[in-house]
Amino acid sequence: MSDETEIPSVTRVAGSGVPIRGNDIDTDQIIPARFLKVITFDGLGEFAFFDQRFDDEDNPKDHPFNEERFQDANVLVVNANFGCGSSREHAPQALKRWGIDAIVGESFAEIFAGNCLALGIPTVTADTEAIETLQDWIDENPGSEIGIDVAAETVVYDDETIDAEVDEAQRKALVDGIWDTTALMKSNATAIEATAESLPYIDDPSLRAGEADD
Amino acid sequence: MSEGTLYDKVWDRHRVTTLPNGQDQLFIGLHLIHEVTSPQAFGMLRERGLELARPDLTHATVDHIVPTDDRDRPFENDAAEEMYAELERNLEGTNIDFDDPSSGNQGIVHVIGPEQGITQPGKTIVCGDSHTSTHGAFGALAFGIGTSQIRDVFATQTVAMEKKKVRKIEVTGELGEDVTAKDVILTIIRRLGTDGGVGYVYEYAGEAIESLGMEGRMSICNMSIEGGARAGYVNPDETTYAWLRETDEFADDPERFEELKPYWESVRSDPDAEYDDVVTIDGSAIEPVVTWGTTPGQGIGISEEIPEPESLPEDKRETARRAQKHMGVEPGETMAGYDIDVAFLGSCTNARLSDLRAGAEIVKSRQVDDSVRAMVVPGSQRVKTAAEREGLDEVFTEAGFEWRNPGCSMCLGMNDDQLVGDEACASSSNRNFVGRQGSKEGRTVLMSPRMVAAAAITGEVTDVRDLPKAEVKA
Ligand code: SF4
Repeated sequence: MSDETEIPSVTRVAGSGVPIRGNDIDTDQIIPARFLKVITFDGLGEFAFFDQRFDDEDNPKDHPFNEERFQDANVLVVNANFGCGSSREHAPQALKRWGIDAIVGESFAEIFAGNCLALGIPTVTADTEAIETLQDWIDENPGSEIGIDVAAETVVYDDETIDAEVDEAQRKALVDGIWDTTALMKSNATAIEATAESLPYIDDPSLRAGEADD
Repeated sequence: MSEGTLYDKVWDRHRVTTLPNGQDQLFIGLHLIHEVTSPQAFGMLRERGLELARPDLTHATVDHIVPTDDRDRPFENDAAEEMYAELERNLEGTNIDFDDPSSGNQGIVHVIGPEQGITQPGKTIVCGDSHTSTHGAFGALAFGIGTSQIRDVFATQTVAMEKKKVRKIEVTGELGEDVTAKDVILTIIRRLGTDGGVGYVYEYAGEAIESLGMEGRMSICNMSIEGGARAGYVNPDETTYAWLRETDEFADDPERFEELKPYWESVRSDPDAEYDDVVTIDGSAIEPVVTWGTTPGQGIGISEEIPEPESLPEDKRETARRAQKHMGVEPGETMAGYDIDVAFLGSCTNARLSDLRAGAEIVKSRQVDDSVRAMVVPGSQRVKTAAEREGLDEVFTEAGFEWRNPGCSMCLGMNDDQLVGDEACASSSNRNFVGRQGSKEGRTVLMSPRMVAAAAITGEVTDVRDLPKAEVKA
């Protein structure tokens, strides 16, 4: 593996939209607590909004995530205070695994937005009217392209350009490609090696290969 | 800011760089993993196509959910079986050391590191478990981490962290008869509060701490987290070195020991080190402590009266009222005489050989009260074997205790060892939160192993100093 790890810079997300209407949609709705006892985040996508999508007998209910026409969507469009409630990292993980790459909304709960950032998902805000218009447009034009420019803070669809907002720190992290601590830290491989070598209790890493072989 | 403390020195030696977000990137000398918090991190790693950076610095065991009775696979409990099997799958093809039950080395993650000698002074140690602070007893910088951080350590052998402040807690004087490390840490938490350590790392010092053996020091550092501090440590000294000399790492390699000792000595806090805060506690005034409530900070000496909520600081009154209602205790009474149904001698706080010896001294030639279900859950297979060699298992089973296999067991009630209904438990563990031991109505009274043993015998919370002791050591 090379020393340099690229952290993808997230400047632009394009794709089609899926509207989830309603204020104060909490993390319990996004991923119900009983799905937290899983051993990996893999497969969490199918449980996104589970209790909104299925009744007690697991029969599908009316929900955009169940609709055929939104199955390829990757831009979620929501209203105010989306993602409030617990700090569970499972919520954005479930959305991401369902296929969401960016969320546009009126406002987001802070921890939720932070957890999204750790996954490279921009949370972009715009005013109530602009959001509602966009949601209606998606309903009428499913599958049509929406473009989110994180650096320029705009959401473009049809002939419209929404003047959106991206939190300053989030925008810098996404655009400069420093949102992923794992990748960020991995890119310091040479310095990591040097620190390890300076520690008297760490064995010479060159001996490691031999060890693994026996 | 602190300067010249062990914390400052170990931090500096392990600092790789400062990240653009202002956090320091720290190199990790030892990553301990167990079956409950590692699977998601392994999953995240796979998903990104990343490899383990330093499997040679990673060490695995099973403790949280493994059964402590029948261990034949597959386990009866599905969740336990699934988590265990997932760990096995994740370890396949890596050269990570795995202390599975067939190795004879399995045990609670915070017991096995020190007993094998991989917990060492001046090391950075992390684990997806808040009681990782235990390892600070050796002068290591050890703290618990979350899922994403576990992934970071897997992928890079580093974590991103902000530096904390250092508070020195000096416990002076000599501890009284039957007063143990557990009583000291419960006193510290009561004094400073369960959130008193937020933003701090605790350095434990003073005569009462230095005169403790390693096992006592581990009990103290273990509960740093109950005091709000993510890490706690004791400077390494001759007691530390004597322990290390006997471990797997150094018993057959005295040269390695001599090679590392100068480093260990070099990270000790300087005599003129600067601290962000210093607190002094008179160790000679501490008596055996028990909790009366539902946080580890709600402790009192066995002869002290349960406080009137109104007498407490305003922000503590409501919790105190609720806790007293849950526990069914009245202000003005002492805890002595509080009926118990279960006695649990176990957990990473107090399930090492000296803890079992201490308990055995009390129960020898006595019988567990008819109303009590009593169990000993040794911290590791090695502890269990060593105890059996001394005949402690017989002392306990003859008295009516169950003698079980190592694991976390009733400390968190994740396997089948749980309280039922509103049972009251005399427990040597570290958390008395409502529901912690598996039942929402369950009542936990935290205390030292000696006090647990005494309660098992009498069926009620008892001042162990009132019971004569027997000689059990071989
Ligand atoms: S014994 Fe209890 S506190 Fe210790 S690691 Fe296990 S569950 Fe956590």
